[in-house]
Amino acid sequence: MKVHRRLVLKGTLALSAIAAWPRLLLAARPDSAFSANDADKAIADLFGQTPLDSDQVKMKIPDIAENGAVVPVTVSTDLENVESISIVVVNNPTPLAAVFLLTPRSIPSVSVRIKMGQTSQVRALVNAGGNLYSTSKDVKVTIGGCGG
Amino acid sequence: MGKPIKIRAKVKGDISEVKALMPHDMESGLRRDAETNELIPAHYITELVAEHNGEIVMTAYWGPAVSRNPYVSFSFTGGVAGDTIKIHWEDNQGDSSTTEAVLK
Repeated sequence: MKVHRRLVLKGTLALSAIAAWPRLLLAARPDSAFSANDADKAIADLFGQTPLDSDQVKMKIPDIAENGAVVPVTVSTDLENVESISIVVVNNPTPLAAVFLLTPRSIPSVSVRIKMGQTSQVRALVNAGGNLYSTSKDVKVTIGGCGG
Repeated sequence: MGKPIKIRAKVKGDISEVKALMPHDMESGLRRDAETNELIPAHYITELVAEHNGEIVMTAYWGPAVSRNPYVSFSFTGGVAGDTIKIHWEDNQGDSSTTEAVLK
């Protein structure tokens, strides 16, 4: 009986571990996080946890973007077991810009160009080993690239 | 059908670097037509999948805040010259595009 109970307990623990796994690992676009109009809401929706500031997350982005329609960003990290890299532009109408899902064969570094409607903090998030790390930078935009 | 993707994939040692440029309007849905003042409908790439010899090496989910004619670069290990790189995207209006390139 004891053994049986232990087995049941083990099974329950395994199940809850799966449930707590970041939603990101699901093979579908996280539409609700992309439509969230608040950065913290988008991050909470995507990861279900609050990021820890880490100097191991590195973001290369200009301090001043002359053209907000094309802002080059590179996010990289020294962290191991990187599952995803995400980019959030806090003052954009829908802050979540991009999510990159990596694999064990990936080098944890991605580059992309993003639009910024106005001067904003930009956050880079790295999901590694089940934890969420981030770094932020304020980017000044002289010509916005979102609205009309 | 979406336009073909321009792919440059180079291997250096054990690291393969892929650079891709995909012609696409990436309309945010927030811009207005200058003449009619009507909102231009959102039209943007939502999902991008990159494969090396049939194995997924990167998946990206995007919102409308990725710039027009998106550029992306990423790297992975385990590729050798002559291997196949395939990139596929889908957008919010049901368009898609797939392009294959050879790792050099």
